[in-house]
Amino acid sequence: MAKRVLMRGNEVIAEAAIRAGCQCYFAYPITPQAELLEHMARNMPRLGRTFVQAESEVAAISMVHGASAAGVRTMTSSSSPGISLKMEGISYLAGSSLPAVIVNVVRGGPGLGNIAPAQCDYFQATKGGGHGDYHMIVLAPSTVPEAGELTMLAFELADRYRTPVMILADGMLGQMMEPVLLPDPVDPAALPAKPWAATGAKGREPNIILSFDLDPEGLRRMNLELQARYRTIREKEVRHEETETEDAEIVIAAHGTVARIAKSVVRMARAEGIRLGLFRPITVWPFPYEPLRALSSRVETVLTVEMSAGQMWEDVRLAVAERAKTPFYGELGGVVPTPKGILREVKRHVG
Amino acid sequence: MSVSVERMVKVFERPRSLTGAHSTYCPGCHHGILTRIIGQTIDDLGIVERTVGIAPVGCAVFAYRWYRCDALQVAHGRASAVATGVKRARPDLVVFAYQGDGDFASIGTAESIHAANRGENITVIFVNNQVYGMTGGEMAPTTLVGQKTTTTPDGRDPALFGYPIRFSEMIAQLEAPVYVTRQALFDTKRIQETTKAIRKAFTNQVERKGYSLVEVLATCPTNWHMKPVEANRHVAEVVTKVFPLGDLVNRG
Repeated sequence: MAKRVLMRGNEVIAEAAIRAGCQCYFAYPITPQAELLEHMARNMPRLGRTFVQAESEVAAISMVHGASAAGVRTMTSSSSPGISLKMEGISYLAGSSLPAVIVNVVRGGPGLGNIAPAQCDYFQATKGGGHGDYHMIVLAPSTVPEAGELTMLAFELADRYRTPVMILADGMLGQMMEPVLLPDPVDPAALPAKPWAATGAKGREPNIILSFDLDPEGLRRMNLELQARYRTIREKEVRHEETETEDAEIVIAAHGTVARIAKSVVRMARAEGIRLGLFRPITVWPFPYEPLRALSSRVETVLTVEMSAGQMWEDVRLAVAERAKTPFYGELGGVVPTPKGILREVKRHVG
Repeated sequence: MSVSVERMVKVFERPRSLTGAHSTYCPGCHHGILTRIIGQTIDDLGIVERTVGIAPVGCAVFAYRWYRCDALQVAHGRASAVATGVKRARPDLVVFAYQGDGDFASIGTAESIHAANRGENITVIFVNNQVYGMTGGEMAPTTLVGQKTTTTPDGRDPALFGYPIRFSEMIAQLEAPVYVTRQALFDTKRIQETTKAIRKAFTNQVERKGYSLVEVLATCPTNWHMKPVEANRHVAEVVTKVFPLGDLVNRG
């Protein structure tokens, strides 16, 4: 019988990856995601799976490239500065149509920044980051149990759409412990076949996996195929959550850790008679523009709250346009907004 | 005198592991000879159905076209790391990375050294022609002192740009590699020696012995501004003085 266990976010993501059938994991140590790497180091070898501590983030994502091309489920994880280094490889994965899961336990930036939780890599995650016209599916968990669930989903979506998928967490989610009901392991035999993979050209034509075509017409076709896939993802995979929005006059738009804090703020505000709701994107790419657009015509104000200078705010304003007011409240440098601080901002925009 | 076609015996043909796709290499360049040697080796070992080739960035960027095996084209310098990923995922595959001097010994320095240091059971072919051929003849990490390239128009000055790097000697300092050798292709004897070396480097992998590196000194008549025969002589008389031929490690 399944029971709840108390686990740290980083370990839950690692354990969920194992249960999702991740066969090969490659990474380089960095705070605040080291426990993820260490959980994999302890557990992958005893399961007969691959753990390699790579010489760099660049090497780690390139190893992911190789393992994914060979047709197995594979993952790497890091935190902000390390994710910048992985951008080369992520672009190659996208260009080569290779599935992979990349975890970013975001910390304060830019540069070396610090090791406190932040959401300042939103642009990098959702708008490209690496070179070329590509997107990743980006999943933003708000609690430790959800980090595990979304990790399972990330592997599924990566395989379904042959695309890199990012888990956009933060230092708070990575370090915090919560009771978790771990997901059931997937049956490896039930995973989708990968006839495109480099597994040896026995009884078939060789499979060539590349992100390269010198002929502009050829590369155009390759890009159009990618864009068609992104359209399908936008149609089918948008996920979001609304809390107390039915009668709301003002809603907070927030993702991840901030959305979790904002849930408390909704209760606090409601106790004071303020009709506050919460709109939480779960996929930050594709961003839930349509549901937010629909909601914005029913409310006065959409207050975006982030641990950044206003990155998701741009997507919120694209969705809301002139239908409601769109103020912003952000904390920078690894400072986590408090429920009281957010409530104070809410009050500035009501009545 | 007439000879019956039926009685003729074919004594030389394209290796079955090669596709016959038109080469993109320049006339007189050694990549073609090396490609043939690798194809013949894959034939001889009977491994084409379980071989995966890793093509680099550089003149060999199209290497995935030449072989009848699965192949990847990957980021500049990362071929040894990608080969690591393929091999760890599927140890029964035979994985070879084909990398130039810029790819292997400059931008891929970390990936190259650490794949060797982990003793990955892969085969790396490292083509050293002392120049960036694909981009127009710029300085490579292996460019000789005094050698003129488009980015060392007055010749490589060690005071500004350092010395040609003997990368295989660096790899040879590591504990893990089982075979590290430097070969050349400027005459038939060297071609035979290189053939033996490539065969050994693949055989080591098939026998699960570990990491093998074959550095091959190659010509670039186009960017050296030499005729092919002259380029061959240059390798024999000048390049081998800086990059001596022979085995550096042989623990097989």
